[in-house]
Amino acid sequence: MKKFAVQDHDLVPPHILLSPEEAEQVLQQYGVEARQLPKIHVSDPVAKEIGAKVGDVIKVLRISPTARQAVFYRLVID
Amino acid sequence: MTVPKRIGKIRFGLISPQEFRKMSVVKIITADTYDDDGFPIEMGLMDPRLGVIDPGLRCRTCGGRPGECPGHFGHIDLIAPVMHVGFAKLVRKILRAICRECSRLMLLDHEKETFLEQIRTLEDLGQPTDDVVNKVFSEARKHKTCPYCGAPQREIKFERPLSYIEDGHKLTPSDIRDRFEKASDEDIQVMGMNPETARPEWIILTVLPVPPVTMRPSITLESGQRSEDDLTHKLVDIIRINQRFQENREAGAPQLIIEDLWELLQYHVTTFLDNTVSGVPPARHRSGRPLKTLSQRLKGKEGRFRGSLSGKRVNFSARTVISPDPNLSINEVGVPMDVARELTVPMIVNSRNIEVMRKYVARGPDNHPGVNYVQRADNRRVKVTDKNCGEVAEQLEVGWKIDRQLADGDVVLFNRQPSLHRMSIMAHRIKVMPYKTFRLNPAVCPPYNADFDGDEMNLHVPQTEEARAEAQILMRVQENILSPRFGGPIIGGIHDYVTGSFLLTHGERRISRAGLMEVLKKYDINDLPEPKGYDERGEPYWTGKQMFSLVLPRGLNLSFKADFCLACEQCKGPDCDNDAFVVIEDGQLLKGTIDAEAVGAFKGKVTDRIIKEYDPSVASTFLDRMTLLALRGIMLAGFSFGIDDEDIPVPAAEQIDDVTRTARENVQKLIEAYRAGELEPLPGRTLDETLEMRIMQTLGKARDSAGKIAGRYLGLDNSGVVMAVSGARGSMLNLTQMAACVGQQSVRGERIRRGYAGRTLPHFQRGDLGAEAHGFVESSYKDGLTPIEFFFHAIGGREGLVDTAIRTSQSGYLQRRLVNALQDLEVNYDGTVRETRGMIVQFKYGEDGVDASRRDYASPDNVRRIIKKVLAREDA
Repeated sequence: MKKFAVQDHDLVPPHILLSPEEAEQVLQQYGVEARQLPKIHVSDPVAKEIGAKVGDVIKVLRISPTARQAVFYRLVID
Repeated sequence: MTVPKRIGKIRFGLISPQEFRKMSVVKIITADTYDDDGFPIEMGLMDPRLGVIDPGLRCRTCGGRPGECPGHFGHIDLIAPVMHVGFAKLVRKILRAICRECSRLMLLDHEKETFLEQIRTLEDLGQPTDDVVNKVFSEARKHKTCPYCGAPQREIKFERPLSYIEDGHKLTPSDIRDRFEKASDEDIQVMGMNPETARPEWIILTVLPVPPVTMRPSITLESGQRSEDDLTHKLVDIIRINQRFQENREAGAPQLIIEDLWELLQYHVTTFLDNTVSGVPPARHRSGRPLKTLSQRLKGKEGRFRGSLSGKRVNFSARTVISPDPNLSINEVGVPMDVARELTVPMIVNSRNIEVMRKYVARGPDNHPGVNYVQRADNRRVKVTDKNCGEVAEQLEVGWKIDRQLADGDVVLFNRQPSLHRMSIMAHRIKVMPYKTFRLNPAVCPPYNADFDGDEMNLHVPQTEEARAEAQILMRVQENILSPRFGGPIIGGIHDYVTGSFLLTHGERRISRAGLMEVLKKYDINDLPEPKGYDERGEPYWTGKQMFSLVLPRGLNLSFKADFCLACEQCKGPDCDNDAFVVIEDGQLLKGTIDAEAVGAFKGKVTDRIIKEYDPSVASTFLDRMTLLALRGIMLAGFSFGIDDEDIPVPAAEQIDDVTRTARENVQKLIEAYRAGELEPLPGRTLDETLEMRIMQTLGKARDSAGKIAGRYLGLDNSGVVMAVSGARGSMLNLTQMAACVGQQSVRGERIRRGYAGRTLPHFQRGDLGAEAHGFVESSYKDGLTPIEFFFHAIGGREGLVDTAIRTSQSGYLQRRLVNALQDLEVNYDGTVRETRGMIVQFKYGEDGVDASRRDYASPDNVRRIIKKVLAREDA
């Protein structure tokens, strides 16, 4: 079977794995604990693809009809 | 204060007889309630250990007073087991799945294991296990003999409501209970039950819990007679039959009598639980009224959940019919005197207001605005009457509270259901008025979606200073002119307001001094503008545009195309021939006509500009003045619409006849071409579809050109056209249908085809594809429809009605689900959207952080305006 990358698909927005320092900065910015962020499963194809581990934070650059691009952060969970 | 606790888990199960006994504080053995002295009989249904309802007494179980003691359950030991109506279907399923001899679930061991595993996995995932469990029951039923003991199985027939018949013999509840008791824990788990919290034999009642008296209080009537609650009545029945049953059994009564009594006990227990079981006649009160038993208390709209927990009734509210009053401000609401006298606002007496308060109290309750109640410093409430008001006024001290009747200027909340958006509840200032209806300015009808064909609205009086402040700042009508739904003004002129401003401002309407006074007499305007000119007799005249400029705030600059702009190929802008391009400079209406686009609800460019450039109070003054001006304007011009406004000249009627005749002929030609096979199908369409489309097209065009012909003869001197063109009400299509031709009637977007085989009505040949055979209405409403046309019109009209009915119910449900899901979300100060636990839902509200009601359509026009403004400031 042919291997493919989900991120290449039009409907999958870019997912960027944040370093622990960057993640900490995001949490600081919003004044939240990691558990208050939206979640994503480690088993999610995108999470697997970018090699995320449980506890990491992923930055998602979604296409938004109102703001063109919207930034979301998702906490990788089990 | 109690610490809020988070619910970790809720587990549903059955209560075992042991548990019933454990929680019971008394065994009820006698059906009597009170003795001759009016004291509750011990071990009776009103036993003092079950809780207290009579004031002054204390609960014998917990020592609490009425209101403190929650009540305690008792129990009745049933002589023979009875079925529980709520579980009739489950009992049937279990009976059919287990062996009649050994009570084992009739599945092979390995089957049981796989099912159990599936159930466990689903439970771990928190998903419903119903499907697997149903599979278990249907599989087990397939065995004709028990795989364990080899006993042959019999068919079990279920008869509503509660009979299980095996081989012609009715199974008694005891038989069933015996079978269930023998079932093993493992088998019970495979059947989807947890043997620790729900064993099947617990479905069959041997002990009946007696609810505490607090949930079935008896009422003492004025005559001193006691009237018991429906539940108590039912419990009395149960105990009586239970006793008789016991006596008969001990006396060795014949089997037939025992069975009858058992059946009767079953009936009473069944109706105690649910009095609307089909097949069971409802238990009735002596008066013939069906009793309200347990299930009836919980079920339905007026039940405990929907009626008492989700919805409650409130004090300090009023409801009555609404009617219009254009003389009120949009911020006001007219309240009938009767309502104002009943509703009150609490006021605290302090050293600074005591004299004023005294005056209020001295007026008594009948002299509006008076006082209905006074609360003294020791929290005792005293009703103020005509007689004692003088006395109470003198006694008045600092620290007392008075309930002052509603008076002009009080802030109230005004609401019309369905409350679909936040503008359905707004804060108004009160204006006390005679008669019996709430009055409101018609300009605030759109946010409430109200009209005056009998609509009723609710009014609530905030009781605290905080509530009033919040209402004033957030909920006042003027704060809600801009709708967050689309960012435009939802409040504005409707109907006559639009017509009036159109008539006033269109062209150069000359207004004499007398007319001017007439138009402006309702205003606080003192300086008349310079006359526009002088007529032949040297009398000064003004124009409607000048009048309108008086209501505009100074410094307003704006230009836009009016609603009745004809969208000419080459827009001439300010030099528009139709006066359809509005130019406002420094608050002066220089060019153009004020219509729906300028001041109408949902559109209102002028309102929008004012609210964004100035502030809500300027906008509300503008709307108040505009509504008055528009009404004076329409009265000055005079406006009416009658049946002869639909008349069109004879030549026009002839032209329209020509158009429809040719259309009919064209349709005939199309049909002939189709029959001859000469019709070219459109791409992607069959020949039949092509024909239908071409016919629809031809007939649609005919209606349009008929409308155009009529339109040529109906000009701005026609009131219907004025209303349609200004956007006040109706459209040119409506006028076309009235004056020229109603047009094609349709069902689901197609010509009408249903009816008899091959034809719509027996008046036509089979297979007739012509215009009139499929619902083309050639007449106008004015001319009247032929019977056949009328029938087709009724078909099309009915479809419209059904559609709206379905649409409202569907969109209502959709809205409910959305609101339920989103109601606890909140936009925080950092722009994030979070729910109650602080979990982030959106990192920026709407992903762009924009409040729709604050944004100002990012158009180049804005840049130009800002530059103009800055330049003007530098000049000054």
